[in-house]
Amino acid sequence: MMAELSQWVGSLPISVAMRRITWLVPMLQTLHILSIGIVLSSVIMIDLRVWGASRSGTAIARSERFMPWMWAALAVAALTGIALMLGAPRSFRDIVFVAKVYLMAAATIATAALPIMLRRNGCGGREAGVPARVVGVVALLLWLGATLAGRGRWIAGMLAG
Amino acid sequence: MNAFTQLLHLVETTPLAIFVSQSTYAFAAIDMFHVAAVCIVFGTIAVLDLRLIGMAFSDFSVTDLSRQVLPWTWTAFVIAAITGVLMFTGQAAKYAVNFAFLVKLALMALAGLNVLMFHFVTYRAVAKWNHGVPAPWPAKLAGALSLMIWVAVAAYGRFTAYYMFP
Repeated sequence: MMAELSQWVGSLPISVAMRRITWLVPMLQTLHILSIGIVLSSVIMIDLRVWGASRSGTAIARSERFMPWMWAALAVAALTGIALMLGAPRSFRDIVFVAKVYLMAAATIATAALPIMLRRNGCGGREAGVPARVVGVVALLLWLGATLAGRGRWIAGMLAG
Repeated sequence: MNAFTQLLHLVETTPLAIFVSQSTYAFAAIDMFHVAAVCIVFGTIAVLDLRLIGMAFSDFSVTDLSRQVLPWTWTAFVIAAITGVLMFTGQAAKYAVNFAFLVKLALMALAGLNVLMFHFVTYRAVAKWNHGVPAPWPAKLAGALSLMIWVAVAAYGRFTAYYMFP
């Protein structure tokens, strides 16, 4: 069913038009990659304070400092991603793409939960508790997993033999 | 065959290069880590660049931000470099004539010069503009150059692949 869906999207006039502009797909891919970089670095910056590798400011202030960057970059990544699904729709045929969507959803939930957990922390969000630390690392690992899965089309081919 | 062509041929025929070019999944697997590493290089260095330019994160001192960000940048850069070299060896002769790839290499050399200049000249006086005041223009310029160069490196990286496998 997914194979037919991606074939249908690929045959849409907009998809054909997008592929006719030869620089469009690599340009969208570049924006996609750069915005994912900002998502990753925002989560890294929050994690550094949550884990105490950096002691400047409070954990809650750090998360409030970088979450707007994370959301903005995630929006750009999502929009360029959707545009790429239109322009180069072969990806949603494979299970690695489906896995990426689930990883992204889980990563978004974990990242969004982090400031909430820090705010509810007993010591006013100065130092993060163990649950927040774990969620922080899990969020980063999920984002890394989603990033890798984005270029993991070959894995589906390998699994299929 | 000139010396450069011979060298490229030599690179392509090392056992590792043959593995990369012959294996069904090696190239794609290496590429997966390359792109993820590039993401982290750009994302982390951008935080420092924006601070230097004065666009964001002025509540952090420059040294504090560098200490936090640069270990990630360098680790990711090493991964990106190793995976990049591996992909190059597989089809060295083709990359050597890929215009986008050559631009990417030139841009990375420029980024290297920018870092050297910043680190050994501008950064020496960091104590004077570490916190509370805007960075001097050479530091702002270094940040702006770094940001622009890495955006272009990512773009030419994508165009490299695009010209390689149209």
